[in-house]
Amino acid sequence: MSLWEYANPVKFLALSARVQPFAWAAAAVGIVVGLAWGFFGTPDDFRQGSTVKIIYIHVPAAWIAINAWIMMLVASLVWLVRRHHVSALAAKAAAPVGLVMTVIGLLTGAIWGQPMWGTWWAWDPRLTSFLILFLFYLGYIALWEAVEDPDTAADLTSVLCLVGSVFALMSRYAVLFWSQGLHQGATLSLDKEENISDVFWLPLVVSIGGFTLLFIALVLYRTGTEIALRRTRALGVRLDKGA
Amino acid sequence: MPDLGKYAAEVLSAYGVSLVLILGLVAVTLRRGARARAALRQIEEETSRHGKS
Repeated sequence: MSLWEYANPVKFLALSARVQPFAWAAAAVGIVVGLAWGFFGTPDDFRQGSTVKIIYIHVPAAWIAINAWIMMLVASLVWLVRRHHVSALAAKAAAPVGLVMTVIGLLTGAIWGQPMWGTWWAWDPRLTSFLILFLFYLGYIALWEAVEDPDTAADLTSVLCLVGSVFALMSRYAVLFWSQGLHQGATLSLDKEENISDVFWLPLVVSIGGFTLLFIALVLYRTGTEIALRRTRALGVRLDKGA
Repeated sequence: MPDLGKYAAEVLSAYGVSLVLILGLVAVTLRRGARARAALRQIEEETSRHGKS
């Protein structure tokens, strides 16, 4: 069995229908448990007080915002190289999810930053590249809507996605490239010394898992919607020609 | 409800705005999906009727 079999919409939809109930249910459990555990079951930080509880939303949202774009990049490359329509539609389906997560990351970051840094916003490398990522999401979605021919739209948005990938990666690694800025380094690290304490780490990992599963469920469902819309358009054209 | 101290407004507003956005995204996704699938079913029925006639 090859992965490319799922470029066939019928096979993709059959697999998606099997996976989705588990993805939706596991996402709901992961998010509810992760957020409830973080909100009710963890102590305040000795420096940040109760604002540390924002981490259980801010970090998972930022994680999805960046990785949604990476998923769109892979899907766009598949479209450009192999011309599989499902991959182009999956990239299109993921963009609004990534956009909402980017907005959540920016808003919760500002709300968290105000009491801790004394400002809602700073032109810090990580914050700035994240804002540019937000603008790329808007541009990507607008470009899909602006171009009537779906294959041309897929080509143009794929190229835009390649360019925007620089900012997606930069928003993740900016703190390593430039040492200045207010934003802290990695929250989750394989280095035990750098990592946050287990009491915060465990519910955070559960919350990230829940957000990731929600992303998977949403993208599978939304890709099915895009396939339905495209098929409706194609059948409509055929009916008009037959009439 | 845990004692959030002087940062209660910040913590609660961060959770509130995020949950509203996530639930809104899920609701819009499901509503748009249901409409698209209903439209497809309808046009498939029409197509099959035209095919038979």
